[in-house]
Amino acid sequence: MLTIEAGQLDFLKLNEAVRSSADDCVINGCLGQRFIAAGLKGKNVIINGVPGNALGAYLDGAKVEVFGNAQDAVGDTMDGGEIIVRGSVGDAAGYAMRGGRIFVKGNAGYRAGIHMKAYKEKLPVMVIGGTAGSFLGEYQAGGIIIVIGIDIGEKNIVGAFPCTGMHGGKMYLRSDCKKIKFPGQVHARKASYEDMQEIEGYISEFCEIFGYGKDEIFNSYFTVVTPDSKNPYKQMYVAN
Amino acid sequence: MKYLEGQVRIPSGCAISAVISKEGKRMTGENIIKSMIPMHDRSNGLGGGFAGYGIYPEYREFYAMHMFFDDMSRRTDCENFLKEGFEIVKSEPIPTRKHPNITDVPVIMRYFVSPLKSVLSAKQLDEKEFVARSVIKINSLIDGCYCFSSGKNMGAFKAVGFPEDVGVFYCLDEYEGYSWTAHGRYPTNTPGWWGGAHPFALLDYSIVHNGEISSYDANRRYIEMFGYRCTLKTDTEVITYIMDYLLRKKGLTLKEAASVIAAPFWSTIEDMEEKEKEKLTYLRKTFSGLLVTGPFSIILGFEGGLMALNDRLKLRSMVVGEKEDKVYIASEEAAIRTMEPEAENIYAPEGGEAVIVKVKEGCY
Repeated sequence: MLTIEAGQLDFLKLNEAVRSSADDCVINGCLGQRFIAAGLKGKNVIINGVPGNALGAYLDGAKVEVFGNAQDAVGDTMDGGEIIVRGSVGDAAGYAMRGGRIFVKGNAGYRAGIHMKAYKEKLPVMVIGGTAGSFLGEYQAGGIIIVIGIDIGEKNIVGAFPCTGMHGGKMYLRSDCKKIKFPGQVHARKASYEDMQEIEGYISEFCEIFGYGKDEIFNSYFTVVTPDSKNPYKQMYVAN
Repeated sequence: MKYLEGQVRIPSGCAISAVISKEGKRMTGENIIKSMIPMHDRSNGLGGGFAGYGIYPEYREFYAMHMFFDDMSRRTDCENFLKEGFEIVKSEPIPTRKHPNITDVPVIMRYFVSPLKSVLSAKQLDEKEFVARSVIKINSLIDGCYCFSSGKNMGAFKAVGFPEDVGVFYCLDEYEGYSWTAHGRYPTNTPGWWGGAHPFALLDYSIVHNGEISSYDANRRYIEMFGYRCTLKTDTEVITYIMDYLLRKKGLTLKEAASVIAAPFWSTIEDMEEKEKEKLTYLRKTFSGLLVTGPFSIILGFEGGLMALNDRLKLRSMVVGEKEDKVYIASEEAAIRTMEPEAENIYAPEGGEAVIVKVKEGCY
């Protein structure tokens, strides 16, 4: 295990140390260094502190765990692996991810899961423990976004304009979503038994990581949102 | 051929940061300078700057005019202009340190001034209006002179360079203020030059901005109808004048001014309660030319407080945290943690949500 004291270390040097280590890494006192674990595979990275933007960008199978909050664009375009954040994440988490998993204990900022996509065996999953900001799943094209909304009281589980431009994938919100306005091209309904079977494993994993009881969460009312049509742009530009 | 900055386009970035003590406790500029270090890569060395409030208590009755002059002869032109309208109680070079990364330094002066009563009564203007008009005159009519700070008991300090170097260059560790804002620049469509660095200040209002104003020209044309002149070759300047217009001239509250520049969508207004709906409809219709579109996160500094605001779509990042009497605002949490490792209640305000922090009355 390689221990790196980040302090005000330049992000290039920090990332070089992580990349060249044959072993797992622990980064202490992390303070805004960008691109940590970018494109990384076959390693575990533990981060104490606040990693900078684009944590785990293009991640290729490595496991990253953050003891603290993460900033913007966590898992940007990640392809595989796992990112666990034991705090909250900034804007655009899971931006265009197409594989792997992101588990966030706290809240996500704006545009979480923007342009997530899936391809063949690649199915990205993002689970957010608290609330998600506005434009959740904007242009979502594939994959699964789950928002659990633990201890959020009267707050809405998601901000304004969720699913804008969504045309693929699935979103699960642990709420009846009565106060949430969805756009016309998506369909929101109560999750069925089959819907829940699909995400039971992810919920279990989330609860195991962060130490929650699974039953109470799993047996709640979930709303499922999917795009209405396989061709959401039908009639938008041309009649096809 | 070597292209100069301004002839080539360099894509975007920028960093902002701020701290304020609600108790009015004064802090040196050291901490705010440090906050820019983890955000170094958001800037590209083409502009950095700071604004400090409460830094000139011994001259609190006087407007502190900070000036750039292209050369010494410009200085004479400007001083002759100032003498016609102001009593100058002190004039001096702004203290700077030689810094290897800060070069091509213009003549940098400050003047503590008071408008002449006889001139005010002859022109039938109040003090602030006269000062604002004088600043606009200097910047638009006197060649090679730029007044980049003109408030009481506050000052903007800016240069071409990385912000952490600019702070050292201006000896900000030797000033003490109850609030500070900072900016690291990564110019997008406009040249990186001394006058174009942030903050942009008029009277006690100052703006640091991360983003790019899509509506710039619409905003500029509107605000120039009221005597403002956008002369500093960059978009952010117009926000400063908009805030001065809305707050000082129109008497809007901070929250109302925020709802003008980052107005809620009509669809959001539609769902509001009747009274709120009426008010926001009125503001949007009355000041439609001042809606600022495109990505922005800004921090407005003013006497006794700060306001942070994101564009309504929240296309730029901004985080707020606090600890004891202090509130911290920055583009990245890392910057807040640099100033206060134990900062609490870290949260990201929503798009269009104004975060207003004021110093306790009587403490500044």
